[in-house]
Amino acid sequence: MIANTLLTAAACVIGFFSWTSAAQSLDRYSAVTDDRLLNPEPQNWLMYRGTYNGFGYSPLDKINTQNVKKLAPVWSFSTGMLEGHQAPPIVNNGVMFVTTPNGQVLALDAKNGDLLWRYVRELPEDVIQAHPTNRGVALFEDKVYVATVDAHLAALDAKTGKVVWDVAVDDYKKAYYLTLAPLVAKGKVMVGTSGGEFGIRGYVAAFDARTGKEVWKTYTIPGPGEPGNETWAGDTWKTGGASVWITGHYDPQLNLTYWGTGNGGPWPADMHPGDSLYTSSVVALDADTGKLKGYHQYHWNDNWDWDEVSAPLLIDVQRDGRTIKSLVHPGRNGYLWLLERRADGIKFVDAKPFVKQNVFTSIDPKTGRPSYDAEKIVSSGKSVTFCPSQWGGKDWPPAAYNPRTRLLYVPAHENLCATLQGESKTPSYEPGKRYTGINANATKLLVAPGADHIGELQAWDLNSGKKVWTYNYKYMNWGPVLTTGGALVFAGGSNDRYFRAFDARTGRVLWQFRTNSGVTGVPSSYAVDGVQYIAVQSGWGVDAQKMQGRLDSFMGTKTHVPQGGVVWVFAVRE
Amino acid sequence: MISKRRRVLKAAWGAGLGWLMHQAAMAQAEPRNARPQEGDRFVFAGGDRKGVIVTPGDLPLGGPQIIAFPQDPRSAIVRDGSRLNQVLLIRFEAAELAEATRSRAPQGIVAYSAVCTHAGCDEWAWRSEQKMLKCPCHDSEFDPKDGARVSSGPAPRRLAALPLKVEDGVVMAAGGFVGRVGFQSV
Repeated sequence: MIANTLLTAAACVIGFFSWTSAAQSLDRYSAVTDDRLLNPEPQNWLMYRGTYNGFGYSPLDKINTQNVKKLAPVWSFSTGMLEGHQAPPIVNNGVMFVTTPNGQVLALDAKNGDLLWRYVRELPEDVIQAHPTNRGVALFEDKVYVATVDAHLAALDAKTGKVVWDVAVDDYKKAYYLTLAPLVAKGKVMVGTSGGEFGIRGYVAAFDARTGKEVWKTYTIPGPGEPGNETWAGDTWKTGGASVWITGHYDPQLNLTYWGTGNGGPWPADMHPGDSLYTSSVVALDADTGKLKGYHQYHWNDNWDWDEVSAPLLIDVQRDGRTIKSLVHPGRNGYLWLLERRADGIKFVDAKPFVKQNVFTSIDPKTGRPSYDAEKIVSSGKSVTFCPSQWGGKDWPPAAYNPRTRLLYVPAHENLCATLQGESKTPSYEPGKRYTGINANATKLLVAPGADHIGELQAWDLNSGKKVWTYNYKYMNWGPVLTTGGALVFAGGSNDRYFRAFDARTGRVLWQFRTNSGVTGVPSSYAVDGVQYIAVQSGWGVDAQKMQGRLDSFMGTKTHVPQGGVVWVFAVRE
Repeated sequence: MISKRRRVLKAAWGAGLGWLMHQAAMAQAEPRNARPQEGDRFVFAGGDRKGVIVTPGDLPLGGPQIIAFPQDPRSAIVRDGSRLNQVLLIRFEAAELAEATRSRAPQGIVAYSAVCTHAGCDEWAWRSEQKMLKCPCHDSEFDPKDGARVSSGPAPRRLAALPLKVEDGVVMAAGGFVGRVGFQSV
């Protein structure tokens, strides 16, 4: 209680009232209802990926392949923050909400960039920021929800930014922390916890959107007596990881939310023997009760740091003359997974590699369970080189699906491998301390011999199971993807600071703009007064920066990607 | 109108900040939370010897580091109330040290804040060939032989140093931290 009071006091809201358009845009702030979240108006971007199915798709088509070359910035806003700016600009009828590292929230006039209010959170001095970022807000009724790196969930008044409630989801001193945008469905605000490198036990928890009271909490590692606990040895389930890094998706027909889970810890295989359910999995949780209704583990007993962080996309896929209500997941393990979602569980359909992967020797055609090359298992004292690297074929940056082109767009890393070595013995667990069991000095990132590129943006036809086009980046691609009704794909992600528009059907670059920093923000699109805008944050940091550092070590280069966040908004000037 | 509003906001912000600083000072006044002070000795922060007083002989010459908490010698209270109090201790040949570092390093023993200035991690790998500290969170490296300056990685500044003395065979703080402990969160 004292901590709550302190923290509430430690948050500061700065209001800016110019009495012009800013006040007007707040005046017209419209409550976000369940119906609106189920069917967002084309001009709005109301949640992390725009819609519950996770498409990252805007139906707006005023900006299209014909006129995108005239796209130009109309306003920008410097956040004053360093590190990874990954949150999408979320827009409700002309009011934009953006989060920054350190859990700040900016409310901006989406048309002209006027600052309406700013929520400044003063973090505890001893917080650890293993992932200094925040991935966005959620909206419901007249409130804005933000999950914070000090493991709190706060509800702000959408018109003023004032704190309505603020609850401790967990104890940040034990290295539980939150980086994801919350998911709101049926009056509940759902969040998952990060901290897999620190011996946490992952979970998804739901809070009453009006009061902040916890409604349910479901661990992603089952406890004693629960099915799946037998896949852990002794007490290893208590500290086994299975973080929930990224916002879940929601199927309103089944009333199920789908979440990706992180790897098991400590990382080496023999330090968490067994399948380690539900690490590196997708779990289906009932939105009302949190009850686990199904799961699919993409790979068992992970020891390559392949968190399967992204929630799968809910896409209708045609196979053998029938429509599969599917879950599509381009995995960190380098395989593109097609699963079927049902009321009674999740069924494997197929999986194929989308980047070179040398760990799996086969996939069981019925269950999807992979078999491993025994030489590629990272264990105590053993050094192993494997591909793709620990950042995988696709890390957290979300893929996108365009229902018009019927293509899935995947930001990928090809030609990267890694060396990991397990420590000689399992470290002793201390709350809040790193708990990876990996010899940090032996970790290496390697580029495959003869490689001519690393980053890729891939387009997949899921009905035929074929890759349609690939755009290659010389170095990395950490760019979340937006696709639009104008048959365009937008993404940044490269260390050259460009934000690009691609022809969604061919992969040809139609437009690019050089921003202040590397773009690892989730792009979004919205319209105000009939004008379509494309918005994204530019602000390099976190894993993109870390990969760059390791790549530089490998290549003997020194690459400087400037930091500092800026919100960019583009439109076509007629 | 606007300027008045801003003045009010500014005053409120200032008052809030003042209150917070007061709270922070109060928190630090607790002996367990207080940063290391002159005369504090050190105890192992974890592992099999947790709580045992550190002597120069406990520190292998040329590294690696040990992580310790300061301890008030009078009350025997270990200042483990904040992870920002953790100290890295390493022993070198005095000749290996840069001049300014040597001046606060009796018997070649150096001490630094164990909290990385980048994102606040406090676990350390030791690069034995280079005799460098490496933070595994984001790969920042620091040179403990030269004031823990940043040699590579994203850390914006060196680790805060702690001057030492050795009395009666016990390693002690000769003062408080030199430089800011922790990282810039906002």
